[in-house]
Amino acid sequence: MAVESDVMEAAGPYDRARALGAFKFGDVTFYWITRACAISVLLILGGIILSLIIGAWPAIREYGAAFLWTQRWAPSADPPVLGALGPVYGTLVTSVIAMMIAIPVGLGIAVFLTEICPLWLRRPIGLAIELLAGIPSIIYGMWGFFVLGPFLANNFQPFMISVFDGVPVLGTIFAGPPSYLSLFNASLILAIMVLPFITAISVDVFKTVPPVLKEAAYGVGCTTWEVVRNVVIPYTRVGVIGGIMLALGRALGETMAVTFIIGNSFKIQSSIFAPGTTISAAIASEFAESDGLHQSGLILLGLLLFVLTFFVLAAARLMLMRLEQKAGN
Amino acid sequence: MNPIYVSRRRNNVIVKYLCLGAALFGVTWLALILFTLFFNGLAGINFAVFTQDTPPPGSTDGGLRNAIIGSIIMTMIGVGIGAPLGLFAGTYLAEYGKHDKLTSVIRFINDILLSAPSIIIGLFIYGAIVVPMGGFSAFAGCLALAVIVIPVVVRTTEDMLGLVPNPLREAASALGMPRSLVIRRIAYRAARAGLITGVLLATARVAGETAPLLFTALSNQFFSLDLTKTMANLPVTINNFVQSPYAYWKQLAWAGALLITLTVLALNIGARILGAERISK
Repeated sequence: MAVESDVMEAAGPYDRARALGAFKFGDVTFYWITRACAISVLLILGGIILSLIIGAWPAIREYGAAFLWTQRWAPSADPPVLGALGPVYGTLVTSVIAMMIAIPVGLGIAVFLTEICPLWLRRPIGLAIELLAGIPSIIYGMWGFFVLGPFLANNFQPFMISVFDGVPVLGTIFAGPPSYLSLFNASLILAIMVLPFITAISVDVFKTVPPVLKEAAYGVGCTTWEVVRNVVIPYTRVGVIGGIMLALGRALGETMAVTFIIGNSFKIQSSIFAPGTTISAAIASEFAESDGLHQSGLILLGLLLFVLTFFVLAAARLMLMRLEQKAGN
Repeated sequence: MNPIYVSRRRNNVIVKYLCLGAALFGVTWLALILFTLFFNGLAGINFAVFTQDTPPPGSTDGGLRNAIIGSIIMTMIGVGIGAPLGLFAGTYLAEYGKHDKLTSVIRFINDILLSAPSIIIGLFIYGAIVVPMGGFSAFAGCLALAVIVIPVVVRTTEDMLGLVPNPLREAASALGMPRSLVIRRIAYRAARAGLITGVLLATARVAGETAPLLFTALSNQFFSLDLTKTMANLPVTINNFVQSPYAYWKQLAWAGALLITLTVLALNIGARILGAERISK
């Protein structure tokens, strides 16, 4: 022992200083590497905004705010006439219809999974839904193009058109002719796609309800529905809305699921069975062959989409954060 | 019986059946999609799919070899660039700047990037890389994928490091380990399964991404390993083949779609198994 410590002391001061120096150097380097990487996340966002604004600048200068309410989209005219009204309308309409279908169904599945379903079935169904949320959107788009579009055009659309024929407002919304490519078909595909998101988030959010609250409600004789309506939903309302906004953000920006099936028509028509386009579908189908002002106009569309989704997603995150704080306390 | 009681029970039963109906409705659509995918995809898969390159218009032989290899290369490079960056960024958020103002801003922005439309990422890389470099290239596609990988990895890394119990770090620090070694030797090791899970999930996410590749990597009918030129890849090939008039191309598109889906599902399941391992420990 004594010998050993002598040896160590002899070698000590020099090695110790060197080791400490190396440690210190490694420590500082590692800190700055991680910090630089963290800041690069902010730089990416800045880069996205900057590159979109630079790319869109010629179109902003040419059309100004009128871009927002011009419906005509004639990139090959001289000079090109470009307006965002058609794609913006299509984006909003498809997202709203998709959410109208997906919200009740998604919440229904979430209630089923958390309150009604027998325990042994919960894991497999929950897992299936989470796995489906991971399937790439081009698969949904393909399926919509080959299977859903023809089915809707041959069966569902003629039925709806004949039912609402002559009814004042609904008659113009569900007007013919049936089409493989339409706003409604795109909406339905979007709904199927965001369904797993809404369900997965709602299930997570419903799980934050303290069991004591639910047990107390069941204890005083509430039915399952009353527990859901009076305890679970009020407790998780902010989180559920946050989840819905998150799904809306996805629906607004979704590209590949709708591009095949929406028809890429910039004309606004009152019927939801008519072809239309969305911002992302317009960019996906025209960008590669565009140049000059046309390309700049498409980038301006992208900028509009980014601003729109940014606000929706920011609102969603703020709401989910509020619920997390509540659950944390 | 008390009428109020009867109506409460009736409402309850109605809602229960509505929820059951919703579950069946949702599961039916999703089952239909998977069924068509497997039915058409399996019919299209044969040996030639893996050994021959994408066919010229009208041809009835050919496969997806160049697209499969291109996809693998681009996904690997994209994850290779994005994952370390995300890992370090997540480390900063979880270990160094836990209570910083900067951290909460970065976390918020990262969450938004996580669900930002992927076509916007494509436009960004087009403006930032493709235009300055003077043409479409596989490398631009890799960078677009990397930008999508980063937020996923940042998020999971931060969450997973947050689960490592503090006494572990304190014990290591008490032995005189400097901070960076505590993180690399103790925290990373304790959270290893979780960190790999995050990388796998990110890989699954980009493996099927189409929109950001449409105008960065484009596609290529021929076999190419040159990162500075366009490169064939499965998603864009599928995108082009679906809208083509040729039956054989559509069949190849289904085969490619099945390959992508199987890969993504395998990655997701792998990630889940690893994640479960972490919990059981």
